[in-house]
Amino acid sequence: MIQDLLGETIRSLSGNKVRSGLTILGIVIGIASVIALVAIGQGAQNSVASSIESIGSNLIMIMPGSQRVGGISQGAGSSETLTEADAEAIGQISGVGVVAPSVTGRYQITAKGNNTNTETIGTVPDYVTVRNVSMDIGSFFSQQQVSSSAKVAVLGPTTRDDLFGENANPVGQTVRINKIEFKVIGVTTEKGGSGLSSQDDMIYVPLTTAQHFLAGNNYINNINITATDQSLMTSVQEEVTNLLLARHKISDSSNADFRIMNQNDIVSTATSVTSTFTVLLSAIAGISLVVGGIGIMNMMLTTVTERTREIGLRKAVGIRKIYINLQFLAEATMLTFVGGFVGIIAGWIASIVLSSFLSITPEISTTSIFLAFGVSAAIGIVFGFYPARKAASMNPIEALRYE
Amino acid sequence: MIECKNICKTYVNGDVSTQAVRGISFKIEKGEFVAIIGPSGSGKSTLMHILGALDTPTSGQYSLDGKEISKMSEDELSDLRREKIGFVFQAFNLLPRTTVMRNVMLPLLFSELPMKKREEMAKKSLKYSGLDDEKLYNNFSNQLSGGQIQRVAIARALINDPAIILADEPTGNLDTKTSHIVMNAFQELNRNGHTIVLITHEPEIANFAKRIISVRDGVIEKDTRNI
Ligand SMILES: Nc1ncnc2c1ncn2[C@@H]1O[C@H](COP(=O)(O)OP(=O)(O)O)[C@@H](O)[C@H]1O
Ligand SMILES: [Mg+2]
Repeated sequence: MIQDLLGETIRSLSGNKVRSGLTILGIVIGIASVIALVAIGQGAQNSVASSIESIGSNLIMIMPGSQRVGGISQGAGSSETLTEADAEAIGQISGVGVVAPSVTGRYQITAKGNNTNTETIGTVPDYVTVRNVSMDIGSFFSQQQVSSSAKVAVLGPTTRDDLFGENANPVGQTVRINKIEFKVIGVTTEKGGSGLSSQDDMIYVPLTTAQHFLAGNNYINNINITATDQSLMTSVQEEVTNLLLARHKISDSSNADFRIMNQNDIVSTATSVTSTFTVLLSAIAGISLVVGGIGIMNMMLTTVTERTREIGLRKAVGIRKIYINLQFLAEATMLTFVGGFVGIIAGWIASIVLSSFLSITPEISTTSIFLAFGVSAAIGIVFGFYPARKAASMNPIEALRYE
Repeated sequence: MIECKNICKTYVNGDVSTQAVRGISFKIEKGEFVAIIGPSGSGKSTLMHILGALDTPTSGQYSLDGKEISKMSEDELSDLRREKIGFVFQAFNLLPRTTVMRNVMLPLLFSELPMKKREEMAKKSLKYSGLDDEKLYNNFSNQLSGGQIQRVAIARALINDPAIILADEPTGNLDTKTSHIVMNAFQELNRNGHTIVLITHEPEIANFAKRIISVRDGVIEKDTRNI
């Protein structure tokens, strides 16, 4: 009996290869697109979150804000309002772990005839702690080198690759930043992570060196600090705000000449952007699932006439209704399962292929597999089985005469 | 064994209703060979569908072997059609894109019989119906000639060795010679104890039967025995 059921199902499906093939194709496309697009959306979300986490932990960043000159806003980050004295004062607040002031600038860098344009960060040794920087070759500069404005530089791995060739050891060699010679003393470990600005394409030099030889002034444009504990983030942020307002003699906090951000804010802003992206992708995928579903419906419904006569004949020769129902259920199930299986594999392959272009790791979610599979199985079974069930309830003559 | 009492069948199609059969009563005993004759549209096929438990009368009673058909469940009707009745349709109704063998074995589907046994039964049935050429058995039904299709349809009706064989114009599309071969086969079946009821509109074909029932406009006109 089971043999008959399987045999009839396979014979019936292979008897009309084009119809079965197109029905399966509809299911495959629907399921594959849901799986691939959701996987890519999820992967993008993960990669953004992890690249933000790689910046450091319990991090609070203070940047110059827009300065008002005679009531006219000068634009964010344009002002030179933060000083080393501010940084030192912040270090006295309880709950603050490490303080790392920095200046940044983009300069032309040359070495051995190669050149690149790279973000140059002038900072202090504590920057290593604050921003989770670790060393691959050599060492970071010391407090002593900061005090003496030593012309030493630490390269990010990408910068090293650009200037000295992949995986070369540049320690002891010379680079020219803005035409000034610096001695290379180390290379940082690769952090990976893309999307925002790469953490690997950077040059680190002592803060004072950057101020004297590159920027030409004593301002700083970033203070990175860490809170000693995650739970202290909010209170530290508040205290820093109050301290800086007092030091800069600003009474109204809405006129603050600095901005302060903590890592949690950045993570949540970024994830809200990427989750919108995921929702958008899912919506597109949902549309293709519906289109695939309509394809299945169409296939199943257009064959109803033919199938109704067949059902009428089967009933006329005395096959019981239950077997007729079972056979059509088996057919619809087999179609959706074959389509679903191929669709899952196709979606998986598609997400790997697509993500290799986008340089993110796709995350295939079981929810999307179950959802896509469930929807197309439901459509396939309802539209494949329901008309058959209806036909099986007709009397044989009615079914045989059906047009 | 077949007993009809005042059978009526009315088809309703929207506003139009057609009275195809209007009050037919008769009895057919086991082992009879009956021809139902009448002009086209006189209700012969409708009556035959009711006899074959394929359709239900609008009013009247039909009982088979003493059992009232209208009181049977759907599954009982299916079993009855499969085991007791062999039906040859006017339109033959073979499955397209399906081999001769599979068409003939269709009534055995989902039964306990092993495949070997089913094939044996199908071959025997096909030979009995006059389709000797085994090469044809694996052809698709839509690749056969009219006469061959006819015999496959008869073979399918015979496969379960049913007590009653009902045939709706089984010689409708056949030349005289082939018609006679088919009618001889029915006579042979009748001699072996099968009850046979067939429909025709040709008096010459009806003469092969032992009893002729003439219908016109849904009622019996004449019921005569051939001696
Ligand atoms: N399913 C149906 N719906 C409506 N009218 C039908 C149907 N089947 C048969 N008829 C009508 O009933 C009458 C008898 O048909 P039928 O039994 O096929 O006659 P016969 O087989 O003697 O030619 C005809 O007028 C036919 O048009
Ligand atoms: Mg007819």
